[in-house]
Amino acid sequence: MYSNSLRYTKNHEWLRIEDDLCVIGITDYAQKELGEVVYIDLPEVGDSFEPEDAFGAIDSSKTSADVYTPLAGEVVEVNEALEDSPEIVNDDPHGKGWLIKLRFESADQLESLMNAEQYQKSIEG
Amino acid sequence: MSETSNPKQTALHARHVAAGAKMVEFAGWEMPVRYGSELDEHRAVRTAAGLFDVSHMGEFRVHGPGALEFLQRMTPNNVAKLQPGRAHYSGLLTPEATYVDDLLVYQMGEADYLLVVNAGNLDEDLAWLKSHPHPDCTIEDHSDRYALLALQGPKAIEILARHTTTDLEAISYYHFVNGSVAGVDCLISRTGYTGEAGFELYLDPADAPSIWDVLLDSGADDGLVPAGLAARDSLRLEAGMALYGHEIDRQTTPYEANIGWVVKLRKGDFLGREVLRDQKRNGTTKKLIGFEIKGRGIARQGHTILHDDAEVGTVTSGGWSPTFEKAVGTGYVPPHLAAEGTELEVAVRKRRFSAVVVALPFYRRED
Repeated sequence: MYSNSLRYTKNHEWLRIEDDLCVIGITDYAQKELGEVVYIDLPEVGDSFEPEDAFGAIDSSKTSADVYTPLAGEVVEVNEALEDSPEIVNDDPHGKGWLIKLRFESADQLESLMNAEQYQKSIEG
Repeated sequence: MSETSNPKQTALHARHVAAGAKMVEFAGWEMPVRYGSELDEHRAVRTAAGLFDVSHMGEFRVHGPGALEFLQRMTPNNVAKLQPGRAHYSGLLTPEATYVDDLLVYQMGEADYLLVVNAGNLDEDLAWLKSHPHPDCTIEDHSDRYALLALQGPKAIEILARHTTTDLEAISYYHFVNGSVAGVDCLISRTGYTGEAGFELYLDPADAPSIWDVLLDSGADDGLVPAGLAARDSLRLEAGMALYGHEIDRQTTPYEANIGWVVKLRKGDFLGREVLRDQKRNGTTKKLIGFEIKGRGIARQGHTILHDDAEVGTVTSGGWSPTFEKAVGTGYVPPHLAAEGTELEVAVRKRRFSAVVVALPFYRRED
């Protein structure tokens, strides 16, 4: 389920590094906990964030949750498809359900993230 | 409401687990919040039927020659209008007319009543009642004697009718009979908390699993599904029904909560009457409204309500309405902002949603 090509946060985001860009989404565990997603509030391209900033929010039938970036950076792309079809996050959280792409300033914070095995353990614990 | 490390389990616990329900602790009980999709469960209740285990609810027997006098003093509705086989919605109010709890009062027989209260308030309710004793009235906690199933939805009557000789059509809303379902004695009550037609069945917990199975098997082809607390909450919100800890609590009165119809000022003295008489005459300082979110975003309990950038109130319930496919909520605002069409905003941290006041209930079934 959890690929080692991704890194994971305690808050159940995943990150995929593509050169100086970082793709951020929420994990399969997170989408299951949220339940059926009905709205996603995403930032604008050009917005910048500091580590641990909330960059958006996800509203599900059950609850609302902020999503955070572990890295500082500027938003270069948001997943426009989620505007009309937020349920993509439920259907394919690690793929088509990505949220934003960030041009990150420093990879330092990446060290503190979990790999697949650690993340799997954290959600089983 | 107390969090316990060992939540109680209903007689149907094994059924919920076997059905794959997500179990959560609620008011000291381990309860099913959903079996699969709460949106599907919600829609099943609106279009076909849903079966809920609400055995966590508390039941008190109140009886003795002083029972009527006692309940007349403790609750705002007119208990003298009841008769055996009838029930009504009421509340336990403080002298300030705020809610200790809301409840149903069933008249079981001569000078014999059953109060059905929220699980989370059970201990406080019992203590409250016993702190206002009447010499000729006995209060007993019978919660362990009852499992409670709610069969709700347009197909409920048809499904239930297959398993009882009781003439269900003859039971009016807020009436009940002692009957039998699938060979099991139960109190069949035409009540519910979903805005749909349906029944609530009070029975011996030992009999609950067999009735649960019989109803679900029999109703499967009609679209009957087991439904959890999540669907129960979204259904009651659409139906404009108050939930303790949300629309009503120790800070709110029936008039503020738009439940003034339970208040019978002329029946004689009761706890909270003076305050309610004053509110009836002079109005209240806050009023419960329903609102819809325009555009995106979902309001949740505790979010701030703004008008012209000023804080004017707080959201009491909010969520996604599966029936209308939009976000709705309730909250308290000053009466001058309670008119339908009033433009408001809901704020949470950095997010702001546009909202507009709409009539309650959001949903009313067509008969």
